[in-house]
Amino acid sequence: MWDRNQMAERAAQELQDGWYVNLGIGIPTLVSNYIPEGIEVTLQSENGMLGMGPFPISGEEDADLINAGKQTITELPQTAYFDSAESFGMIRGGKIAMAILGAMEVAENGDLANWMIPGKLVKGMGGAMDLVAGVGRVVVVMDHTNKHGVSKLLKECTLPLTGKSVVDRIITNLGVLDVVEGGLKIVETADGVSEGELLAATEATIVK
Amino acid sequence: MKKVYGSAAEALGGVLFDGMFIASGGFGLCGIPELLLKAIKVAGTKELTFASNNAGVDDFGIGILLQTKQVKKMISSYVGENTEFMRQYLSGELELEFNPQGTLAERMRAGGCGIPGFYTKTGVGTVIADGKEHKDFNGETYIMEEGIVADLAIVKAWKADATGNLVFRKTARNFNPPAAMCGKMCIVEVEEIVKTGSLDPDAIHLPGIYVHRIFQGDHEKRIEQRTVREA
Repeated sequence: MWDRNQMAERAAQELQDGWYVNLGIGIPTLVSNYIPEGIEVTLQSENGMLGMGPFPISGEEDADLINAGKQTITELPQTAYFDSAESFGMIRGGKIAMAILGAMEVAENGDLANWMIPGKLVKGMGGAMDLVAGVGRVVVVMDHTNKHGVSKLLKECTLPLTGKSVVDRIITNLGVLDVVEGGLKIVETADGVSEGELLAATEATIVK
Repeated sequence: MKKVYGSAAEALGGVLFDGMFIASGGFGLCGIPELLLKAIKVAGTKELTFASNNAGVDDFGIGILLQTKQVKKMISSYVGENTEFMRQYLSGELELEFNPQGTLAERMRAGGCGIPGFYTKTGVGTVIADGKEHKDFNGETYIMEEGIVADLAIVKAWKADATGNLVFRKTARNFNPPAAMCGKMCIVEVEEIVKTGSLDPDAIHLPGIYVHRIFQGDHEKRIEQRTVREA
């Protein structure tokens, strides 16, 4: 079974040289720690920046320089800034090759739910709906099951959707699955996880 | 043509009225018009509708107007950092319209550009699409979203010249240009008003045509989440 860092490391294998990529909050943010040797990617922060650098060293924090999670960050030699309308223009216009996002539920047809639990605190979708509708490829990184052991890979989502048929690939602590015609297809299983264990933890239809 | 005013209160003179619609720049607490928000609190203008990506925190940004119950409705994409906001929303005192972040930015930009509506894939198949016109282009379904025109835009920039040409700094630009564009009246607070002619005309982020009033002030520029790495 993979831990958070191993899931991020596996997700980093999805990156291709020259891509512009948006990383969501949580495990997806960790992906930037594992960008493979020889691969150059430019990270977009949807509040208006391409070429996102690491956190600043103490004392060099700048209130005018934050990421989409409102954390202080730094710029790189290739950094460019722009306004929110332009930022989502490049997202909606398909210029961002891939988004790596967290999720609450994914359905076998690629439906994604990651912004709202009815009756609970509702915080908002932020830029998630724009991202999943606009970017070239959507990769979800999440735990395979919730804390009660119930599958988060479902036949149909029970929560309000962030996007309809938008997910291409799912990376969980148990393995990697693709959304294909008729359901999900196992790409690989995590270290020490058998195909049987992955199947037992999955509600969605698995296509051979 | 006088655009330069002495303070937020002076710049807001004759502009505010109860029930007005205000578009605000800022993302989180970054690049928010903190001085104008404080002045609106002092003015006591009520029943306000805000188009703003976020609602500040309890004691900074739009949050200070929630404490005094001056806000009737928020149009936002994310409001997670504000407990008073949640209390008022859950008790029905405050209306909330969620817009996807890019849709909100484009609604402002479009409204400012004379575009009353546009089609986007964002939100198709979700609750955001409920009740909205759907239309197919090249085999893909889109929904129509409407442009925003606000009574007042409140904006924070880094530098301005006396004609209102603006330069922003780093990610503090965010929603400020689209907010400025969609205001029938646009008031901008800046850290520094510089001599006209000293800004590079090729490096102006928002031309002064969108800007009606400016003033200079001292900004707290609060950091919401201070994250650092080992040196």
